[in-house]
Amino acid sequence: MAILTCRDLSLGYEGKKVVEGLTFTVESGEYLCIVGENGSGKSTLMKTILRLKAPLSGQISTGDGLKQTEIGYLPQQTVVQKDFPASVREIVLSGCLNRCGFRPYYSREEKALAEMNMGKMGIASLAKRCYRELSGGQQQRVLLARALCATRKLLLLDEPVAGLDPKVTAEMYALIEKLNRDEGITVIMISHDIAAATRYASHILHISSKPLFYGTTADYLQTPIGKAFVMMEGGAQDAR
Amino acid sequence: MLDKLMFYFQYPFVRYALVVGILIAFCSSLLGVTLVLKRFSFIGDGLSHVAFGAMAVATVLNLTSNMLLILPVTVICAVLLLRTGQNTKIKGDAAVAMISVGALALGYLLMNLFSTSANLTGDVCSTLFGSTSILTLSKGEVWLCVAISVLVIAVFLLLYHKIFAVTFDENFAQATGTKANFYNLIIAIVIALVIVLAMNLVGSLLISALVIFPALSSMRIFKSFGSVIICSAIFSVVCAAIGILISILAGTPVGSTIVAIDIGGFIMFWLAGAVMGGIAK
Repeated sequence: MAILTCRDLSLGYEGKKVVEGLTFTVESGEYLCIVGENGSGKSTLMKTILRLKAPLSGQISTGDGLKQTEIGYLPQQTVVQKDFPASVREIVLSGCLNRCGFRPYYSREEKALAEMNMGKMGIASLAKRCYRELSGGQQQRVLLARALCATRKLLLLDEPVAGLDPKVTAEMYALIEKLNRDEGITVIMISHDIAAATRYASHILHISSKPLFYGTTADYLQTPIGKAFVMMEGGAQDAR
Repeated sequence: MLDKLMFYFQYPFVRYALVVGILIAFCSSLLGVTLVLKRFSFIGDGLSHVAFGAMAVATVLNLTSNMLLILPVTVICAVLLLRTGQNTKIKGDAAVAMISVGALALGYLLMNLFSTSANLTGDVCSTLFGSTSILTLSKGEVWLCVAISVLVIAVFLLLYHKIFAVTFDENFAQATGTKANFYNLIIAIVIALVIVLAMNLVGSLLISALVIFPALSSMRIFKSFGSVIICSAIFSVVCAAIGILISILAGTPVGSTIVAIDIGGFIMFWLAGAVMGGIAK
């Protein structure tokens, strides 16, 4: 059974539809990239999958024994976080909160989990540093480590490389690919970057008020939009 | 000077004032960090005006205990303001300003129309600036204050990690299965309790100072959530204690003396933070 199934979803705000007719399934271990222009409903779709927002119509169901408390989420940064006094360890540990229930403090296992995930993200040495003083790439690693504390199965990433320089962007993509390939974590990522999407993702969902394409990356490159993109990319490379 | 202090401490109302002042300073500083970070620095001021409005209504209605009306009204306003968060049509700061100014104006209007007191300006002034009320506390009020403080501290200790998660990233907390709205509601109720309590100490207009100065001062120097909260609690308690002692000795108004000390403390922390930042670079 699929880890996530969306059937005929319509999304929008205050009755206004942003996107409709979304039907797709995500199997365990896949790497789905959601692409599309600004305002095409990518972030709304992600918020709906996270149950932060109700769909206008349609259904979302999770499978493979995935509970709502087992989704890891890497959000875009908020204004509040820019000057928030918090150490890296405090933030990563807060990803374990969904394991606590009504218990007020973290257990030893949860602390160990946070340490392990900081190690995996290569930020163990930053544990005591203040979040707001880190570079953009380091901050994203902290938030990714927090997301890993919250999940063992499904990661949702909202533009994880926004605002990062090319080198750090490549590192971030490599890190996500490793999580997907080596740890078998299912990844759903929103991205502007179609080049990276076609390179890393196993499946692509291209939306623009309607779903323009859903399928594997190889098939995507054969469609008119995929081809147009490849042409554009090729042209850009020739120009260089 | 010590003799003079000892002399004053023989009177129970002075001891009450010190106990209540320190407890309120402690509670408001705990919540202040969250409020400042959530961009709700002005909620203390706004809610205290709501409490003032409610107090005016209670006075007009001749209720035997003002608290019965003030507490629920303030709690409801706090919940309405904080619960909605970032998804409202009227944004947080505008909503706070609207409710604050509206309640202040209506409260004054009501007192003006229906008050039986001969010294209306004096009444309003002492409510807003809390000039004497902390020195006229009864034993029952002191116990009420102790009880509410214990409740606030208990809630804070039990929910510390949840408060952190909800303050730092509400959407993440909600998405990963923490009941963010529920915890926001509890935070809102606790804040309303503290503010109604604090009105007795520093008066409506000066509550904001107790909420923001400790938080902002400790954020100059400390860089993790836990250390900022501990530091602001100590900062607040020390400033309140010094302020009350000075006001007893020098005969100055309690509320404004505490705030003056808070301002002094903030400047010291700000300088210390600047110096430490300079060394780090």
